[in-house]
Amino acid sequence: MTGDPIHFKTVLETALLTATEPLSVGQLKKLFAEEVAATEINDALEDIQRDWLGRGVELVRLSSGWRFRARTELTPYLSRLSPEKPPRYARAVMETLAIIAYKQPVTRGDIESIRGVSVSTGVMQTLLERAWIEVIGHKEVPGRPGLYATTRKFLDDLGLLSLRDLPPLAELGALVVPDSVPADEPDDSPLDD
Amino acid sequence: MSGVGEDGFVLEAPALPDGVPVAHVFGEPVLTLPQDLFIPPDALKVILESFEGPLDLLLYLIRKQNLNVLDIPMAPITAQYMAYIDAMQQERLELAAEYLLMAALLIEIKSRLLLPRPPREDESDAEDPRAELARRLLEYEQMKLAGLALDRLPQAERDFAWLAVLIEQTAEARLPEVLPADLRAAWLAILSRAARNRHHQVTTDELSVREQMSWILRQVDGRDYVAFEALFDIDRGVSYLVVNFIAILELVKEGLLRVSQEAAYMPIYVRGAETAQESWR
Repeated sequence: MTGDPIHFKTVLETALLTATEPLSVGQLKKLFAEEVAATEINDALEDIQRDWLGRGVELVRLSSGWRFRARTELTPYLSRLSPEKPPRYARAVMETLAIIAYKQPVTRGDIESIRGVSVSTGVMQTLLERAWIEVIGHKEVPGRPGLYATTRKFLDDLGLLSLRDLPPLAELGALVVPDSVPADEPDDSPLDD
Repeated sequence: MSGVGEDGFVLEAPALPDGVPVAHVFGEPVLTLPQDLFIPPDALKVILESFEGPLDLLLYLIRKQNLNVLDIPMAPITAQYMAYIDAMQQERLELAAEYLLMAALLIEIKSRLLLPRPPREDESDAEDPRAELARRLLEYEQMKLAGLALDRLPQAERDFAWLAVLIEQTAEARLPEVLPADLRAAWLAILSRAARNRHHQVTTDELSVREQMSWILRQVDGRDYVAFEALFDIDRGVSYLVVNFIAILELVKEGLLRVSQEAAYMPIYVRGAETAQESWR
């Protein structure tokens, strides 16, 4: 046992509050001089989660660890403090990201053949700079094109625990029937960033 | 056919089954579209620019007219596609080569459908020339919808902020502990080097630990970090080294000296404890 359980929780809570990145259970173990079981830490984390229910911030479990973040309901208020709200990504970026996320690992050529247009370096640059995608290897064909995959940060930033938690793809069979397709004609959103 | 008028673009109305209202104007269903649909030039440019590529445009045409993607009517679709390409070129929009490639593909598929198919005994079904296009359209649409779904997920910095409470970092650098084994290893290294330098002095040197302690303190006084090895004069013999080492240990014990090492097997450094305290202010 690690002595006073309240103190144990406080230590974990403080570390998570002051961290600038998600902390994994392995990292949280290092807070203590003595050996701590993962189950003890997980129980305490769930406890802390419950303690913070009803507050403006929540403790969430991400792909790369645990982190405190502001509840999404409060974003409208917070955004008034920072007028520089980041815009939505253009459709080209999101489509490219979707292809990489669902079909990884893929080459630029694979992305091009699915989208029907050549991949713009700007799009790839945006995703690479955000650290949402990375090159994880090369395809052993002439030219040795890089293979792209999504990163842990991609999962963290979208609040996903793993790739399994991605929104399910529309069934190809369901797409054949026009009625099941939502209306997303170009004139609905003509202005992309 | 359709083309670009002086002031804008005239789009040919798509054919719809009878009885299906095309639109509702002031609540009343409209069964047939007027033959000339006029789109102002600025709106046209915006619409044309918003297509992500030829597949996107084709998908738009197919979905807008509620066509069956597995049974694309090639003649009207090709005609409509070409009309849009025409309009884009008229608007002097940067037309990606892929659009023209797709135009060629559509024409090729259309002509293949028109030609009589040669009898094939080895295949039970001749492959529909539209099959590959249909597959590509569906796959693209799947990814397009997936992109929209991903965009709807709450996104860091756009929809929510991470929390990081300010923590006052102290100026104290946490120096790693020096284990006795590290000191011993350094000491033995010095000894082994000294063993090679032996000189036989007949005069007895009165060495006192306290004297060495003062000497060491004078060495580290005012200086930032002194290498452990620098405090040992190998030429002065083993007994001197022993006393020096004991002096260092005594100084550490009395809190007048600090010994630190960055990591195992890294060089060991020594600094006066008062110097260390001064830098914290």
